[in-house]
Amino acid sequence: MFYTKRFRGGTHPPTNKRLTEKYPVENLPHPQKVIIPLQQHIGTPAIPIVQKGDSVQTGQMIGKSDAFVSAPVHASISGRVHAIEPRPHPLGKNLLSIVIESDGYDEWIDTVKPDKNFMDLSPGDMIHRVQEAGIVGMGGAAFPAHVKLSPPPEKPIENVIINGSECEPYITADHRLMLEKSDEILSGVKILMKIFHAKRAFLGIQKNKRNAIRLMRKKTLPERNISVVPLTVKYPQGEEKQLIRAVMGREVPYKGFPMDIGCSVHNVGTTFAIFEAVALQKPLIERITTITGPGIRHPKNLRVRIGTPFQYLIEYCGGYTGAVVKLINGGPMVGVSQVTSEVPLIKGTLGILVLDRKTANLKPQSPCIRCTRCVDVCPMKLLPNQIADFVEYNRIEEAYRLGILNCMKCGCCSYICPSKRNLLQYIDLGKALWHEKQEKMNQ
Amino acid sequence: MEQPFLISPAPHIKDTDSIRKIMFWVIISLLPAGLGAVYFFGIRVIWITVASIISAVITELICQVSMKRSIRITDGSAIITGILLAYNLPPEVPLWLPIIGSFVAILIGKMVFGGIGYNPMNPALIGRAFLTASWPAHMTVFQTLPRNGTLSGIDSISSATPLNLFSETREILLHTSNYTTEQVTEATQAISELYSTHSDLFIGRIGGCIGETSVVLLLMGAVFLMYKRIIGWKIPFTYLGTVAILTYIFGGTEGLLTGDPIFHLFSGGLILGAFFMATDMVTTPVTFKGRLFFGTGCGIITVIIRLWGGYPEGVSYSILLMNLTTPLLDKYTKPKIFGGK
Repeated sequence: MFYTKRFRGGTHPPTNKRLTEKYPVENLPHPQKVIIPLQQHIGTPAIPIVQKGDSVQTGQMIGKSDAFVSAPVHASISGRVHAIEPRPHPLGKNLLSIVIESDGYDEWIDTVKPDKNFMDLSPGDMIHRVQEAGIVGMGGAAFPAHVKLSPPPEKPIENVIINGSECEPYITADHRLMLEKSDEILSGVKILMKIFHAKRAFLGIQKNKRNAIRLMRKKTLPERNISVVPLTVKYPQGEEKQLIRAVMGREVPYKGFPMDIGCSVHNVGTTFAIFEAVALQKPLIERITTITGPGIRHPKNLRVRIGTPFQYLIEYCGGYTGAVVKLINGGPMVGVSQVTSEVPLIKGTLGILVLDRKTANLKPQSPCIRCTRCVDVCPMKLLPNQIADFVEYNRIEEAYRLGILNCMKCGCCSYICPSKRNLLQYIDLGKALWHEKQEKMNQ
Repeated sequence: MEQPFLISPAPHIKDTDSIRKIMFWVIISLLPAGLGAVYFFGIRVIWITVASIISAVITELICQVSMKRSIRITDGSAIITGILLAYNLPPEVPLWLPIIGSFVAILIGKMVFGGIGYNPMNPALIGRAFLTASWPAHMTVFQTLPRNGTLSGIDSISSATPLNLFSETREILLHTSNYTTEQVTEATQAISELYSTHSDLFIGRIGGCIGETSVVLLLMGAVFLMYKRIIGWKIPFTYLGTVAILTYIFGGTEGLLTGDPIFHLFSGGLILGAFFMATDMVTTPVTFKGRLFFGTGCGIITVIIRLWGGYPEGVSYSILLMNLTTPLLDKYTKPKIFGGK
């Protein structure tokens, strides 16, 4: 048994990780065609720097932006640029994307080469390599990593927290990564500590990944200032603020950021990508993802090139088992449901989940019976039922006073509600209406 | 060919619990007390309960049809209202009483406000209050002797429930100058005998309303509901704790700190009220502190009515009054937001 740390609130959806947690990561054969959206991150979209018809090599930069909060994109296979046009994007909408047809050779660009002395680089050079590699938060939020690595000088980062909790049900990509690439992750942690001049690093792992905790503990044994923290199995353990609360016992102040209390949180997938960017000079062109769910015939963990269409991945996993109700980019709690399987895998796709009718649990809404379950599970200590009621009757002012903007959309309230009320949907709507109102007032 | 996928916002999975399941478990938890009542008071208890349930369900159906609302009678909440109302009636009431009571409970207590989730007060208690006001003779007279037991807890006195008797004797003992020496002696003896009836009260071998007498059977249901996490500890424990402390301090006949808290906890409808009616989800606060205040308030009002009020029993009115404070309690006990000051 491990002594585990926890935060207040949260819920226990069935984790369903057995479907894939024992399967080693397989390399997906390269697809014939990849679709690379120019925006796979939070911030300014990249601008294409190749033309239709150009031939590109694997790892070649094909889109970038001069804005700081942005991330470049790279060709994930070698071949010819087939089209630059809006294509369906897994986060909704059609967005400008670069379509590359494979030449079948997978020729890498020659700038990708291992650098033995990477630990001697200055923090600035490291951040530069991370930025050039187009790394974003791989836990789903997809915030450009180099921005997170460059906090203002008045906010020193003393503690680096690595998020290996993987609280999202079904998804096992980070778990497999920790088991198979533990040395690389550890090097990534050291790079992060060097960049921040941090004193300590914590690797938070949920207790349902015992083998990963044991392995990482063994690997970190010689390191005095890197420790593994076992965490209670609870959703949303991997949310930045809840993770800091569990690991450090401190709360990130209202409207604040982790750097305000000297912390910086990075997903293990991001840590691994940062290692590859700094030590191998390799851009982010592939990631580990979990193709899973009751609607998939052979669930798998796969190493996939960015831009691979969902359809190709699903066929590789044996196709659908039967009537499919939902196709989701990400996990069941925060993932985005898809209109079509033509969408490509992007940097933030931690998994692809296929749900059938039974698991989707589609029930009509009933009135709130004030059972207080949403209040008990809300990790931000809000009153979701009251906020949703106010939004339902268009009383946005009251919803604002109840702290609607603090909601970080973990979805615990909607999950737990016995009346099947779509509380998070109301809260999202309320936020949008509030911002709309503010804009009108400012005009 | 792919069929069209369903599009919806996250989360895409939902807990398997539903209103119907919650209500089902509450009904199950109320069964032991009901079966005990059949044993103690006879088969008539079943007819009263069934009449009450049928009336509640049919009233709700009629209301939903005539109000053109979706039909929700299958969620089981009307059944619970029916059971709780029946449990609050003396075992010898005529059968039309529960029928009218449930009708009022559902119509006035629940449906006029919009049905499940919108009622400000516990519907079953509204029904009980209505019946008590309209037919006090039926509601306050107890005659059915429980099997192997006594009506008042004392063999020689067979006109009242333990709480009635307590109320009368306490009145005499606090104002001895107004009564004859004989009456005072009798009262002194009665109250000491009352305080020795704990085991009868615990098992339910005493007179009272159908579902309220057997503490042990009610506790079985309550423990089950807590295990199922349908009710929490906050309201029942603060409620019972407040009653215990206040009756210990003020409930005695020989000055302060001479009361018998166990007698007060076990007698009347306190256990039924604290675990099954004060915990009604719809009519109680949602916040942590709000629930603590709610339970404490119920306890204070119950003790005030029992010791100084006109009625021997104060559970139902205390819960109804505290139900009305729920919106205020929710408003002033908002939790501190994560990361807030």
